[in-house]
Amino acid sequence: MYRKSILALLTIWCLSLFAPVANAQDADLQAIIQKFATSKNFNQTKAIVTELAETGDASVAGVLNALSDGSVYFRKSDNQVFVVPGSGKTLELFDPLTGEAAGEAGKRDLKKVKVNNALRRSIRDAIGGLTLASENPSVRLTAANTLAANPDVEALPAIEAALERETDDTVAKRLRQAQASAILISDRSLEDKTNAVNVMTALGNREALAFLTRFEAQADGELKTLAARAITKIEKNLKLWGMGQNVWYGVSLGSVLLLAAIGLAITFGVMGVINMAHGEMVMLGAYTTYLVQEIIRNSMPELMDWSLLIALPLAFMVSALVGLVLERGVIRFLYGRPLETLLATWGVSLILQQAVRTLFGPSNQEVSNPSWMSGAFELGQITITWNRLYILIFALCVFAVLLWAFNKTSLGLQMRAVTQNRRMASAMGIRTPWVDALTFMLGSGIAGIAGVALSQIDNVSPNLGQSYIIDSFMVVVFGGVGNLWGTLVGALSLGVFNKFLEPYAGAVLGKILVLVFIILFIQKKPRGLFALKGRAIET
Amino acid sequence: MILTHFLKKGLTWPITLTILIILAIAVAVPFSNLYLDPAHPLHVPNHLVGLFGKYLTYALLALALDLVWGYCGILSLGHGAFFALGGYAMGMYLMRQIGSRGVYGDPVLPDFMVFLNWQELPWFWYGFDQFWFAALMIILVPGGLAFIFGWFAFRSRVTGVYLSIITQAMTYALLLAFFRNDMGFGGNNGLTDFKDILGYDIQASTTRAGLFSASAIALALGVLITAAITGSQFGKLMIAVRDAESRTRFLGYRPEMVKLFAFVVSAIMAGIAGALYVPQVGIINPGEFAPANSIEVVVWTAVGGRGTIIGPIIGALVVNGGKSWFTGAFPEYWLFALGGLFVLVTLLLPKGIVGTVRDGWAKLRPAKQAPIESDTTQKPADQANSQPQAAE
Repeated sequence: MYRKSILALLTIWCLSLFAPVANAQDADLQAIIQKFATSKNFNQTKAIVTELAETGDASVAGVLNALSDGSVYFRKSDNQVFVVPGSGKTLELFDPLTGEAAGEAGKRDLKKVKVNNALRRSIRDAIGGLTLASENPSVRLTAANTLAANPDVEALPAIEAALERETDDTVAKRLRQAQASAILISDRSLEDKTNAVNVMTALGNREALAFLTRFEAQADGELKTLAARAITKIEKNLKLWGMGQNVWYGVSLGSVLLLAAIGLAITFGVMGVINMAHGEMVMLGAYTTYLVQEIIRNSMPELMDWSLLIALPLAFMVSALVGLVLERGVIRFLYGRPLETLLATWGVSLILQQAVRTLFGPSNQEVSNPSWMSGAFELGQITITWNRLYILIFALCVFAVLLWAFNKTSLGLQMRAVTQNRRMASAMGIRTPWVDALTFMLGSGIAGIAGVALSQIDNVSPNLGQSYIIDSFMVVVFGGVGNLWGTLVGALSLGVFNKFLEPYAGAVLGKILVLVFIILFIQKKPRGLFALKGRAIET
Repeated sequence: MILTHFLKKGLTWPITLTILIILAIAVAVPFSNLYLDPAHPLHVPNHLVGLFGKYLTYALLALALDLVWGYCGILSLGHGAFFALGGYAMGMYLMRQIGSRGVYGDPVLPDFMVFLNWQELPWFWYGFDQFWFAALMIILVPGGLAFIFGWFAFRSRVTGVYLSIITQAMTYALLLAFFRNDMGFGGNNGLTDFKDILGYDIQASTTRAGLFSASAIALALGVLITAAITGSQFGKLMIAVRDAESRTRFLGYRPEMVKLFAFVVSAIMAGIAGALYVPQVGIINPGEFAPANSIEVVVWTAVGGRGTIIGPIIGALVVNGGKSWFTGAFPEYWLFALGGLFVLVTLLLPKGIVGTVRDGWAKLRPAKQAPIESDTTQKPADQANSQPQAAE
């Protein structure tokens, strides 16, 4: 309490340093605001509002907002104007300019400054004009958005003034839209209106389309045909953008599939091992991320933005280690019996799931997005979220690194040799069991880092892996075994295919159709899109 | 044809014994449940009748899987789908029997349709008010699906793990489809709240005892049919396809037809098992299509011993008995136990309980001839594993 009052005193003292400058302006504004008390009718109030707006001082926005809400009162005794947000018998008073508390008064002692709808509109315009002059670009953007959504002829001068001094591209774009739509409903010349339609066409967003459609319905003559032409053009453009958006969603889904499937492609392709516990390796990676974030949150919160980068190597190691134990402990004994491997790894997946459930509980764990991964940006009419974009980039990086490892390192060479002909590779002196173990570690480790990425867009729960396992098998089988490019093409095309079906068939039916498509596809090409060609009868 | 040959040739004594035991159970358990005093030590209480009845349908399902996996080398990870389809066909019959006794009292539409504001019965629900039609569908729907699926898959020579994965995809697709409300199968909640079966109250202990007997008799028939098929010339062909498919093809047989036959028969058996399962547990929902369920069936068969007739039955009973006990005693650890079972059985008991016991028995008595079916291991290690040389 004591400290608070000292703080308040300090603040007042600080403010008083600037007082001479501030006071001169504030006094003028106060004088204008006090006129509300003596206003006889709406027209006079409107004149006061306009006068306030013309000062161009953003600090009057508060009192204007309050006026529009009907919470500006004046004291009958001394015609002092206050903002009174509350209700009841005794009301708290606030200074209209500074917003500081200014004592209390009984309801009977106060009188409301009356407003009607016409007045409210001019108040809104005034605020729009004021906030358009704000220093803060995001405030200007909000104002421009409001004006673009509710075009207003009277705001036109303010918009044009703001447009001239606007430096931010995004805001300027919105302002142009607001200007164009306002011009169309104004009584300006045909030429101006034609230009405005052209501006709208160039902007080509949904809002412009909606506005033009409304405009076309009541326009006549040349403008009507012009608007109609603009509408068809915008519609065509939007359709293209919509397809672009679908492609983006598809590619984004494809990148997730790619991440989940690529480790599987390695183990399945090289070793012919069906690792049903692959999804659980992904889950372990996600839980590693969760643990890393927990530790960072509790001990060094300033590292939060780095949490994913710290989690990446750890997740790789955790999953690779589990993979190594799995390979040495179980799979090693089952080589050449793929169906048995499938069952045993399924058992392992059940154990891992239950272990995580016992340790961390069955509910979803919270994994947060680092600041650089949250938010979104717009590309034309496409909205792209940063986390999806980063996951796409990350998936492609992982793919590139793997491709390099496969083609340029000696381990990669050995892996390829074992994939193509195990016995021959063995005869050439490659230690195939060793290669198997390393391959399995690599595949599991990749699943682990996939888990880090998927923790950003999916629920981190013990069932995380289950939801990916069937999809990733589909990708591998579709793309063709033993070929990384096949996995890339398979993942991306299944992702895009899925997202293009969704608008027509719905999410679930789309997924079913994809599954049916893959089942049929395998009949046609039992070895996938990019099969290794060979002459053996039984593979 | 196969059956007459089989009956002429005569039943082997283990099969006869198995069938007799099952039939004895079919009589004894209902008798003890209905006519013995509850205090009597041999009295089987109601809930156990339901539980054992459920196990018997599981045993039939495991036997069906064994026919394709153990004898024909097709590892189906989608047999749960056939089971569930049979179950849904029975469920639809039972839904129609509710009539106007549902919550909304609509004489024709099942409750969930009234709830979803459907005005009339979808066409695929027609006829399910008749038991004979439902019974026909219980056979035709799983059998038909298996025929279409197998026709395409086997003719294009999809084998091994690829086949396993697409069977899994099939059951997963059906899972997603049946979850949809617009499919007209009750969506998420499935079909439940049954009242009558063939005019008898489904909750009555006599009906439940009857269902138990029906399950046991179905299982006995399943054993008879499986034994007849596997004991015939055709059964030898199935084993040949399992062990060396290409060689069988080169000898002039058509392996895809052998597989297709086995697959369809097996799917029908699974469908019947599902149809008997539903009235005993009182509900069928899309969860039965879950890929995990189908894989669990595989482990029952593996535990008991695939490539044997008694094995899957024993496996289904042992694993499910264990599950009931485990989930009661230590619910936390059941998945550990099941997962461990998967690993241990594949590593240590590749032939299952029955196969291992029989091998031990054969070693003790070397004079007896070794049965053919015992060879369950797959192709030699490297053949299945290595890919052919790539054409550069």
